[in-house]
Amino acid sequence: MSKAKLKKKRRLYAVLIGMGLLGVATALVLTAIEDTLVFFRTPTDIAAETPAPDQRLRLGGLVAKDSVEPQEDGITTRFVIEDGGPHVVAVTYTGVLPDLFREGQGVVTEGVLINGVFRADEVLAKHDENYMPKEVADALKEQGVWQEGEPAPSPNALPSASYGGKATQ
Amino acid sequence: MNAFFDMGGYAAFVWPSYAVTAVGLVFLIATTLLRQRRARTTLARLEAERDAAGLGHGQR
Amino acid sequence: MSTNVFHRYANPTKFIGLASAIIPFAWGLTILLGGYGLYLGLFNSPADYQQGETVRIMYVHVPAAWMALGCYTTMAIASAIAIIWKHAVADLIAEETAVIGATFTVLCLVTGSLWGQPMWGTWWVWDARLTSMLVLLFLYLGFMALKNAFDDPQRGTQAARLIALVGWINVPIIKYSVEWWNTLHQPAAVARLDGPTIHPDMLTPLLLMGGAYMTLFTALLLVRVRSHIMERRARSIALALAEARGAGPDEDPAGLRDGATP
Repeated sequence: MSKAKLKKKRRLYAVLIGMGLLGVATALVLTAIEDTLVFFRTPTDIAAETPAPDQRLRLGGLVAKDSVEPQEDGITTRFVIEDGGPHVVAVTYTGVLPDLFREGQGVVTEGVLINGVFRADEVLAKHDENYMPKEVADALKEQGVWQEGEPAPSPNALPSASYGGKATQ
Repeated sequence: MNAFFDMGGYAAFVWPSYAVTAVGLVFLIATTLLRQRRARTTLARLEAERDAAGLGHGQR
Repeated sequence: MSTNVFHRYANPTKFIGLASAIIPFAWGLTILLGGYGLYLGLFNSPADYQQGETVRIMYVHVPAAWMALGCYTTMAIASAIAIIWKHAVADLIAEETAVIGATFTVLCLVTGSLWGQPMWGTWWVWDARLTSMLVLLFLYLGFMALKNAFDDPQRGTQAARLIALVGWINVPIIKYSVEWWNTLHQPAAVARLDGPTIHPDMLTPLLLMGGAYMTLFTALLLVRVRSHIMERRARSIALALAEARGAGPDEDPAGLRDGATP
């Protein structure tokens, strides 16, 4: 093997090994600081590790079916956040809810947990990864594939969900 | 047609998205093409000068 | 085998030949794909059952995000090739990709913000996806700054190559941030193991726009690298002319891009 070729090979290995080490180092750092990378905690997380009484945190999950109760003052809303596990957290929020807020929809709230009730001062709607026209969403509900208030299924995962109609505006 | 421009009440978000995209892409295309024209004319002029000076085609 | 291909197009003259053959097709495809994609995206696709008409922002936001990641990957690969095989054109490709990639990143961040306000209820949050995307913009800016930070251009190029490679680690982090950590940003809807979760009527304009962005990037990159090579040739001719005329070589090589006569 010529000297130039050997040098090229050495540089190739140096780059590959360097990138490999960098990857390992990054993975270690990310694992170590995982708590700060997580944008919100779920009811299960909070059940496992109860936050300090006046600690501000973000609580996220799905708005439980039939749990949204507008309060008498007209601006406060009570609802329950669930994450599919056995734990749920009741939330109260005073303010205007975002357009996407509804039962079965993901939500991220920020506030303080007081006596088991989460008092939120900010509510953000979380969008899911399903994109479909209203006709398809209605068809999925009509066919019973999707129960009202439950998380939406993918418009393409089910053969019965085929939507032959032309796009409408 | 008004319904189209209204974007279901989200006109204030949809149209700025398209506008800022248009501005960004037109900026990229325009600077790229202007630079190409300048590079072409400069190179052509210098090549002509070099040939006139009898320096030959030594440079790549 | 691959080394031979690299070597062939490491030669600037051969590169210009290849680029000049591809450029017209890249422009043509951009117009066709972009035109049809915009027509479908704006005029002939349904509103989303939840997002309503804001789903149309996706057609300019998601392709910009794809290109932001794709350009950085291009930059990293070109830098690796420059380090290992020392090909002159590879550095030019990395340098010209940076400007284009940074623009796509800005477009992604701005259009995303314009979608987030009506849908999430906020312009910006510091979740893992949005933050890592902002870091990507800073990596692009860092690459461009390092490139020009040294009096000796070779040192700038070496520093820039390094940030392109090291910073690439952020690309898989951006991609998988929505799976590894809780984020406000939704998970991937197109590049998923179990197939896209976007209805075909919306997926079609999205993929058309994605294709248009990719061919636009190809056209822009090739034109810019070709211009860069021409500028270098012009500079070396100017230096030769200045030397032949007995002037110092540093007379006015820098004024070339302004069209000054040497």
